[in-house]
Amino acid sequence: MLDNSEAQQQDEMLVRISDVHYARGSRKILQGIDIDIPKGKVTTIMGPSGCGKTTLLRLIGGQLQASQGKVMVDGLDVHALNNDDLYNLRKRMGMLFQSGALFTHLSVFENVAFPVREHTDLSEPLVRALVLMKLQAVGLRGARKLMPAELSGGMARRVALARAIALDPMMMMYDEPFTGQDPITVGIIMQLIRLLNDSLGMTSIIVSHDVQEVCAISDKLYMISDGHVVGEGGPSELQQSGSDWVKQFMNALPDGPVPFHYPADAFAQDLLQGMD
Amino acid sequence: MLDWLQKLGQSGMGMFQHLGQATLFLLQIIISIPTLFRHPRLLVQELYSVGVLSLAIISVSGLTVGMVLGLQMYNTLVDFGTEDSLGPVVALSLVRELGPVLTALLFSGRAGSALTAEIGLMKATDQLSVMEMMAVDPVRRVVVPRFIAGVISMPLLAAMFSAVGILGSYMVGVGMLGVDDGAFWSQMQHKVSLGADVMNGVIKSVVFGIAAVWIAVFEGYQAVPTTEGVSRATTRTVVHTAFAVLGLDFILTAIMFGDS
Repeated sequence: MLDNSEAQQQDEMLVRISDVHYARGSRKILQGIDIDIPKGKVTTIMGPSGCGKTTLLRLIGGQLQASQGKVMVDGLDVHALNNDDLYNLRKRMGMLFQSGALFTHLSVFENVAFPVREHTDLSEPLVRALVLMKLQAVGLRGARKLMPAELSGGMARRVALARAIALDPMMMMYDEPFTGQDPITVGIIMQLIRLLNDSLGMTSIIVSHDVQEVCAISDKLYMISDGHVVGEGGPSELQQSGSDWVKQFMNALPDGPVPFHYPADAFAQDLLQGMD
Repeated sequence: MLDWLQKLGQSGMGMFQHLGQATLFLLQIIISIPTLFRHPRLLVQELYSVGVLSLAIISVSGLTVGMVLGLQMYNTLVDFGTEDSLGPVVALSLVRELGPVLTALLFSGRAGSALTAEIGLMKATDQLSVMEMMAVDPVRRVVVPRFIAGVISMPLLAAMFSAVGILGSYMVGVGMLGVDDGAFWSQMQHKVSLGADVMNGVIKSVVFGIAAVWIAVFEGYQAVPTTEGVSRATTRTVVHTAFAVLGLDFILTAIMFGDS
């Protein structure tokens, strides 16, 4: 039996990741991760490249299976669901991929209309109205006739965002939304993430290593490194954290717990050894 | 020696694993076929891209093969004074063997490789992943229409190849070398049987079509999502299809014409 406070806490959390382990071959990527994502908030998962941030999003979306541990989304154990139930759950999730992943053979309009046409029987005028509303929200209503190849990187990501929110999901996952964008686009995407989260009553999970940007829009941050959660809290809490891991990351220090050098034999020994 | 045996065993296991995966993938496709009725437009689009766009290469190749066949056969037949048999000889060669086999090989080079590259690139650019996250099954939405379009297109393209090939040999034999027009067509009509020859050719082209498209979509879907991975998958599609078609052709020919 859960006591009242525990039950209340569970109600407040949309996603609960408990003791999750994940390995790719012999390489352990996640080693006992515990993360709680509160409803209606913007939560960011930070960490150095290759630490398993995107893997975590794919575990939440059920695209990957944890070798150990549980991922609960809205009270459902993602990895225990059958295919139909998983697909029903995914209809309530949105994901913005790092590349945007627009369908290259479809126009901007058709890309945004894709999930609407797949999952609803709305008439064509209604589909049009819905798509235009979503494109208006990301500022690209005027670009609806363009093809993905004609868009800049920032525009492509905004179209992908419009497509991801087309069915008003309860939760949005953003995979490195700021990577490779110019400062104006970064500003636009930051504003959109916060605005959409608050106005549509969604829950947002961002995976990123852009410290300044995520600190400006997140309610809660988790930092993972080497397969473990090494820090968590609000932006100001993390800025003042005493953890070496967190300090190195937040202050962009080139060396520290995350070493500058990839593990290797001693340099002198390597030089004297001759050819491999 | 032990190392060599180990490597042999490993590659054998890998091959059977690959075959098992491909079989499961085919079953998944077959199970998903009824969902195509919800999106018939997708099938029409793929029929155009897989079938109609292959027409040019199939027609030109058929015409050339028919012309060469007409010329070569005439030179042999004329020595025995049986040049009037040119029509049935060319027609039987095309309908029974060359039509289905060459069409499948050309189809694999034109449409099969394109299917693999397209699906592989969709995978490499996360388009398949994003579909999964939108609760849309990529096998149902991407693979099934392409598979069915390929299976429908192959026998039609093979028929086109044979028909154009016969016209090519007619142009050479009757038009240039003086074979009797009436003898060319009447002997063909007399010697080529609808059941034994034409239908067996159709069965061959359907079987080759299934094999060629199955290999193409499977290789694309299983491609390593990198530039090199997609390139290797495309090459594998063409090579594996060639082996599969030639192997199947021998087996089918032995079954169909082994007794006669």
